[in-house]
Amino acid sequence: MEEKLTLFKNRKRFGIEKNIDLIFKNTTLTLSSLVGIVLFGIILVVFFQSFESFSRYGLKFLVTSEWNPVKDEYGAFTAIYGTLVTSLLSLLITIPLGVGTAIFITEDFVPKFVREIVGSFVELLAAIPSVVLGLWAIFVMEPFFREFFVFLHKFFGWIPLFSSEPAGRNSLLAIIILVVMLLPIVTSIARDSLNQVPKKLRNASYGIGASRWKTIFSVILPAALSGIMAGVLLALGRAMGETMAVTMIIGNSNAFSWSLLSPGYTISSMLANQFGEADGSQVSSLFYAAFVLMILSLVVNIFAQWLVKKFSLKY
Amino acid sequence: MIMNSLFYQKKLSRNVGDKFFTSLSVFCALIAILPLIFVVTYILIKGGAQITPELFTLEPNPPGDDLDAGGINPALIGTLVITTIASIISIPVGVGGGIYLAEYSNGGPFSKFIRFGVNVLAGVPSIIAGVFIYALIVSTKILFGSMYSGLAGGMALSILMLPTVIKTTDEGLKLVPNELRYASLGIGASMYTTILKITLPTAFRSIATGVVLGIARAAGETAPLIFTALFSYYYIVGFEDLFYEMGSLAVLIYNFALEPYDAQNKLAWAASFILVISILTVNIFSRILAAFTEKTKRV
Repeated sequence: MEEKLTLFKNRKRFGIEKNIDLIFKNTTLTLSSLVGIVLFGIILVVFFQSFESFSRYGLKFLVTSEWNPVKDEYGAFTAIYGTLVTSLLSLLITIPLGVGTAIFITEDFVPKFVREIVGSFVELLAAIPSVVLGLWAIFVMEPFFREFFVFLHKFFGWIPLFSSEPAGRNSLLAIIILVVMLLPIVTSIARDSLNQVPKKLRNASYGIGASRWKTIFSVILPAALSGIMAGVLLALGRAMGETMAVTMIIGNSNAFSWSLLSPGYTISSMLANQFGEADGSQVSSLFYAAFVLMILSLVVNIFAQWLVKKFSLKY
Repeated sequence: MIMNSLFYQKKLSRNVGDKFFTSLSVFCALIAILPLIFVVTYILIKGGAQITPELFTLEPNPPGDDLDAGGINPALIGTLVITTIASIISIPVGVGGGIYLAEYSNGGPFSKFIRFGVNVLAGVPSIIAGVFIYALIVSTKILFGSMYSGLAGGMALSILMLPTVIKTTDEGLKLVPNELRYASLGIGASMYTTILKITLPTAFRSIATGVVLGIARAAGETAPLIFTALFSYYYIVGFEDLFYEMGSLAVLIYNFALEPYDAQNKLAWAASFILVISILTVNIFSRILAAFTEKTKRV
């Protein structure tokens, strides 16, 4: 009994050890709150830097496409339009391609090791730096598609999207390189959500006589839809913010054109091109454009996260 | 017809449809693997042909109709320096933050907000990180009066690495079985000892893999560097060079790909070769390591 009591007494920790514990906890707490600080810092800094331009041009900035540092006239419509069009169109191409590939990886058409190789090839594609893809796009992809673009203009020139003579660097090339960059994102997230669909659903569907693709279209894809949607939104956010490859291949022209075969602009390529040499009110206008880009990608990202949270626990 | 009804009938519309969609899916997969094959092949051929010993030791010559472009030594060292700075900033912050999320937080509003913030920060376009550091450090000359500097570039990259490091730490620690924690606390260790001596070492491999992948990703980032670290043609010789413009492989590729001269373009291919080979090596190696760990998992 007495022995137990002395043990009990010794259970107390030394003050210094308690303090170390407390200091450690508070340090990690501070470090984790740095994430929030950096995030708010980015939003606030970009907002305040753009304030001058914002108060001068207001929302007119978003709908005019004059960009003239000499006359101090700024409007980012071309860039905003370019950002939205390139990202949405590239997504439109990527979705079927990525989901199709994800289905190939999750179904058992071919032996498992082949599927694993395809899966890791697609994932390794994501590891290639975007500036390298840009270099490749300039010297390999552009010559490859040149003839095709001439053909496209010749036979489909009546569609406004192809109405101009194909330029050496143009929006359509930017869209194609974006597809290459988005493919790994859409594919890997779609694959993960397809893998999460319980096997029971598949067996039940087979059991009542549905064929393989009837099962995929009516049971598996709907069950995985929310995950795939979230992946698509994440890819959209990435596409809007993607800078290097797009800047290198889109042609960087602020002249507005409906045609995808003429040079275009995106917000991020405008920033990459002009930020280094800008001064005066141009800097503020560039910050304004950056602020627009940030809001766009924040909205898309937050919506994606909300979607994941809302639907992820269905099964 | 009735006799055959139990056999597979090729011409049935459901079977024809199945065949069609299966080939469509195979077609998608084929298209999906083409880009990697093409990109890697071209980089191996076009970049590999440029690899010479001088490439690693010389400074690049300024663009002109000079046939000899020189080497990429400053950019190579610059990438190493800038990535190291980014790691020195983001690894302690990220691992510390991850420890808080996984070990101390109890799923309350604060940790929910931080996890949300990590995901949002991961989605912030990389060029915005450059714009942010430009406004905060380059234009204010806050770092001892220097404007564009390797240090600023490293800070911009660290913002991009931070979410990756926190996420991997958080997820790596969450995989450590609670029994280990109970055992350690049960024999009287404090939280601090438990984390540093038990949980962190157990999760070390998965955290290290994630962090190394994050570093590899950061090494290829260009957008945050083009107006923070800018570019330099000159050797990095000493510590004070941190406060001046610093070249990097990624920015070298960007600048020289857009030059009209063949010599510079070739240098860009050579830099891509080195960058892609190192990044792919790290990726493939960590993939093999992960597969190996999966097989030999004890817990």
